[in-house]
Amino acid sequence: MEVPEHWAGTSPARVLAPDGSPVGDTDVGLGADHLRAMLRWMVLARRLDRECIALQRQGELTVYPGFEGQEAAQIGAAFALAEQDFVFPTFRELAMAMVRGVDPVRYLWYHRGTWHGGPYDPGATRFGPIAIPIATQIAHAVGYALGQQLDGSDVVTVACFGDGATSEGDFHEAANMAGVWRLPLVFFCQNNGWAISVPTAHQTAGEIWRRAEGYGFPGLRVDGNDALAVYAAMRDAVARAREGEGSTLIEALTYRIGAHSTADDASRYREDQEVERARAFDPIVRFAAWMRNEGHVDDARMRAWDEEAESYALSVREGLIAQGAPPAEWAFDWVYADPPEPFLRQREEALGG
Amino acid sequence: MAEWTMSAALGQALWDALAEDPRVLVFGEDVGVSGGVFRVTAGLQAEFGDQRVFDTPISEAGIAGAAVGLCFAGWRPVIEMQFDAFSYPALEQVIDHVAKMRMRTRGRVDMPITIRIASFGGIKGKEHHGESPETYYVHTAGLKVVVPSSPLDAYRLLRHAIADPDPVVVLEPKARYWGKESGELSADGAGIGEARVLNEGDDVTVIAYGSMVTRVLEAAAVLREEGVGARVVDLRSLTPLDEDLLQRCAEETGRVVVVHEAPRTLGMGAEIAARVMELAFDSLAAPVARVTGWDAPYPPASLEDGYLPSVERIVQAALRTVAY
Repeated sequence: MEVPEHWAGTSPARVLAPDGSPVGDTDVGLGADHLRAMLRWMVLARRLDRECIALQRQGELTVYPGFEGQEAAQIGAAFALAEQDFVFPTFRELAMAMVRGVDPVRYLWYHRGTWHGGPYDPGATRFGPIAIPIATQIAHAVGYALGQQLDGSDVVTVACFGDGATSEGDFHEAANMAGVWRLPLVFFCQNNGWAISVPTAHQTAGEIWRRAEGYGFPGLRVDGNDALAVYAAMRDAVARAREGEGSTLIEALTYRIGAHSTADDASRYREDQEVERARAFDPIVRFAAWMRNEGHVDDARMRAWDEEAESYALSVREGLIAQGAPPAEWAFDWVYADPPEPFLRQREEALGG
Repeated sequence: MAEWTMSAALGQALWDALAEDPRVLVFGEDVGVSGGVFRVTAGLQAEFGDQRVFDTPISEAGIAGAAVGLCFAGWRPVIEMQFDAFSYPALEQVIDHVAKMRMRTRGRVDMPITIRIASFGGIKGKEHHGESPETYYVHTAGLKVVVPSSPLDAYRLLRHAIADPDPVVVLEPKARYWGKESGELSADGAGIGEARVLNEGDDVTVIAYGSMVTRVLEAAAVLREEGVGARVVDLRSLTPLDEDLLQRCAEETGRVVVVHEAPRTLGMGAEIAARVMELAFDSLAAPVARVTGWDAPYPPASLEDGYLPSVERIVQAALRTVAY
């Protein structure tokens, strides 16, 4: 099997081969119920992702960035977090958001144009606002982790980002600070091979995980389409952080099956054959095959989840469509905690008193 | 009565804020052990420890971004940008997140961040050490922007900035760090959004902020000898503007001159002229005049005096406006 180009170089840590056969220690510390829950979320997430693309085509979402192919990376990582841990996501982390308990309808307010990046409650869900300016959220994660360290809490912070973000200054500044301050922070990079139209090879000449050494903390490369391997990598990184041993950089090798977003035509810059080859590494097929072999799931259960995913996607669709345009005053309501008089006069002018 | 430099008064404001609120943090480049290149943070780390007052790597974007994350964790960061032109790497964080995060999170996450920036020219500094960055911040909705002109008011404004629930940019005029003023430091009195009249006069209103206030006061003394009464307004707060005071002064004097170091185009003078026109057009007896830096990059030290508004330029602009 030909691996995606950006997987070349150092072999990633792997528990399951692409066909689901074990090649590493499958006892990652998750019981059968948790393993099933992980697979169920992967099935639900993929179905919702496809529903979102349909919703965009039908004019119900403005622009939507799909995550198909990245379910194991996001859900495997999310499963390794404790409830109190805090994630700072990019704009492609819907699967992780679902696992963290973010209401998908509320999340999708973002892509519907109903609200900006923080439509849900970050404090309650322990999931930060959707961040579009590349790599800026990594610096927020540094601040949050520093705040936890100063408070002496055992909360671990996770910064999500992609391969493209590692070219930004904010990534470097954040990683450098995390190293200097030995912060309880996990740098979780999903290297999906593409930053819109630019392949990883044109983004960076080295291997992303290796950068950690320069910042003074460990890095590792993991097969991001292997749910168990991602879980194990994140479990260890979180444990290190919680024990006060500092940061870890995880590079999860995955593949962006879809376009960058619904506004993007990927056929302009990559061959369909490349996508087809990448499908051989499908994370759900892999994990489900192992789960079947282990006797954790059977056809009936998989069918039941497929049916549940249908109704789940439908309920999100209905909830989303029921959401009308927000009231005009929302454009002003939360700009300031203590709004100045001239601002309030403009608000009045805009809203007609 | 105690005599204060602006540097010491700002340092005392930080000291008092750190002492009163255990969630206040002070960090930036060289603010810890060294006490800051302008000595504003001198002694703070020794008193409050390196958990509350600390040095960062040279990472302006990281500093501003970390402040955002700290707000999510319930802290109240006071960050320092060592020099105006060195604050630009942080602009993305400030514009995209500091200014917008409260709105983005529908009011769930306040951003009580104070961003101190050593600003403006007049100290014969090297290039990139004499810039006037105020328009970038004033033009960014969600921020408040203040500029002190004297030590006692610097204390007051910084205390208000730190106590404010919204992000406040404090542009500290480098040229006034060592200027002295006698009196007791107090946070009581005019807050953010309030300008103050420093010299009464009925013939023309001259509006300035930061180090230009001193020059305008000198110009007012010259004008007095010419028989012209210049009312001097220290703007203090660039966002929000004290519209009521601007309107009243424009109505009462009918003539307005705005003075700032920043380049003329889209400087504060443009906004004040527009605002005065909207609020008091019928009272105006002359066009609003602007005495500003030129639309050229800030020059080398040897040419600085020709760039900054001089007392003479201010006087001439006031006389022209009065004679209009």
